[in-house]
Amino acid sequence: MSQSLSSLSSSTPAPIAIPVRALAPWAVFTVILSLILLYFVGAEQGATSLISGHEVHEFVHDGRHLLGFPCH
Amino acid sequence: MAGRLLTRGMMAGVAAAFLAFLFARIFGEPQVNLAIAFESAKDLASGELPEPELVSRSVQASFGLLTAAVMYGAAYGGIFATVFAFAYGRVGRFSPRALSALLATAAFVIFVLVPDLKYPPNPPAVGLPETITLRTETYFGMILLSLCAATAAFMTSRPLIRRLGQWNGILVTIAVFISLIVAAQAGMPDIDEVPTDFPATVLWRFREAALGMQAVLWITLGLLFGPLAARILQKQVD
Repeated sequence: MSQSLSSLSSSTPAPIAIPVRALAPWAVFTVILSLILLYFVGAEQGATSLISGHEVHEFVHDGRHLLGFPCH
Repeated sequence: MAGRLLTRGMMAGVAAAFLAFLFARIFGEPQVNLAIAFESAKDLASGELPEPELVSRSVQASFGLLTAAVMYGAAYGGIFATVFAFAYGRVGRFSPRALSALLATAAFVIFVLVPDLKYPPNPPAVGLPETITLRTETYFGMILLSLCAATAAFMTSRPLIRRLGQWNGILVTIAVFISLIVAAQAGMPDIDEVPTDFPATVLWRFREAALGMQAVLWITLGLLFGPLAARILQKQVD
């Protein structure tokens, strides 16, 4: 029983972890880029606004509703 | 290699977003249109002028929806690949495909299911404009609390598995996560702004479509990223 999950992959060689030092700069870049994208889809010209007007909000309007973000 | 892994994550996210867009276009848009019709009828009845259209409805329902889905898919694809890159070879002995499927399931629960249980997606005409700040703060706050609860449960999983064995240890870890979520959701403010005469079927169908769109996105991402990552990681070994 206690072997059930690990035995699934025991036939393949043990996975080798990617060193944190090689990963960290890419990870920071990707997470920052992703958070900026999510901000523009989910919150810009809603509760907060960097660009004046409503065009960004109106353009992604249906996506914002269907992806579950609060909208006007 | 790390960079290639993360770009593959974003690409898988974009591909998943295209499928999610199709799903939302077919099942979500009819409900959005019904909700907007309800809103317009109410505005007309109360003598209010309809809001001017800055972006036409057909653009909102096609390029607008697609753009939003692709940005969302690329963003979560990137975050997903980052978590995968740290977890691979460190959490269990999973193959790339198994780890990808497992992480996508966890991400769906943490980022979609848990926040949606407390603050479900709402169609147009539901939600008061004056509470947008509160609703945005509580929604993103709930995602953050969900992530914290998952991290806390994950940290307890190793000692639990060592003491109770794999099966019972994982069950108790899940119980810890659920208990933390119950406590967090009980503490967060309730938001109930559905107009009393809003059609219940439209609300239900809209929420089904919203959840379905997310399910399509995360299932595609989880199943697509595994083989892509396996190829990159295999090359590294050879």
